[in-house]
Amino acid sequence: MSECVNFHFDIDGDNFTSAGEASVRIKKHLRDMGFSPETIRRVSVAMYEGEINMVIHADGGSADVNVYVDRIEIILADSGPGISNIELAMQEGYSTAPDNIRSLGFGAGMGLPNMKRYTDSMKIESEVGKGTTIYMTVNV
Amino acid sequence: MTVKQLADSLSLKVICMPDGDREVTGGYAGDLLSWVMGRANSGDAWITIMSNVNIVAVATLADPSCIVLSEGVGIDAEVLEKAKSVGVNILGSDEDTFALCARIAAVL
Repeated sequence: MSECVNFHFDIDGDNFTSAGEASVRIKKHLRDMGFSPETIRRVSVAMYEGEINMVIHADGGSADVNVYVDRIEIILADSGPGISNIELAMQEGYSTAPDNIRSLGFGAGMGLPNMKRYTDSMKIESEVGKGTTIYMTVNV
Repeated sequence: MTVKQLADSLSLKVICMPDGDREVTGGYAGDLLSWVMGRANSGDAWITIMSNVNIVAVATLADPSCIVLSEGVGIDAEVLEKAKSVGVNILGSDEDTFALCARIAAVL
C-alpha cells in the first residue's frame, strides 16, 4: 500500500511554552486513525524530542509526518547550527543545551537517544552552519 | 487503584483531577523530562518537583495516570489551565520525594 496521509507543522523557535503542540496534535490524529497506543506513544515521544531540540538549538524548523498503512515516517528539518559530531550527540548524557534550558528539565542529553530508542530507524543528515534533517520511521 | 483513590488514601492535595477514575498501574520518579519520557510507563504516577508547563506536554505524550508534585512545589495558573484543558491529573504533597514515593509504593 502506498497511500499516504501527510501532516505538516511549522515549529516556532521562540516559544518554549508551546513546544510539543505539534506532537500532541499528531497524537490525536493517530488516535483518530485507530493506531495502537504503543505506536502513538513511540511516534509522539520521538517527535516531541525533535521539537524540543529544534526549539533549543535551531530556532525552530518544520516537521512532516507521513502516515502509511504499515509505517509512520517523521521528517524534522531545521536551518540551525548543525551537529558537528553526530556520534557524540547520540551518546546518552551528552548535551550542549544551555543552563536555562536545563533548569526547565531538558538538556539531559537524552533527546536523540530517545528518538532512536522509540523508532525502528533513524537517519541524521547535518551540516555545520546549514542545518539538520532527521528521518525517523516507526513500523506499524 | 484510581487516581482519586490514591489521592484520598494518602491525603494528597488535588491540584486538578479531570480524570480521577484513571487507573494507577505503577510509579516513576524523575525531574529530567526526556528521561521521564524514555522510561516512565503509561499509567504510572509520575512524582516530580518540575512544575513548568512542559510537564503537561510530557504527561500528554508519556501518558502517566497523574503527576504528583512533591516537596510542596506549587504550580502556575497557566500550567493549571493547560493541564485541565488536556485532561492531565495533578496531585501534590509537602513531603520530600523519597518519603512520598515510599508511601505511594506501599499502597499500589
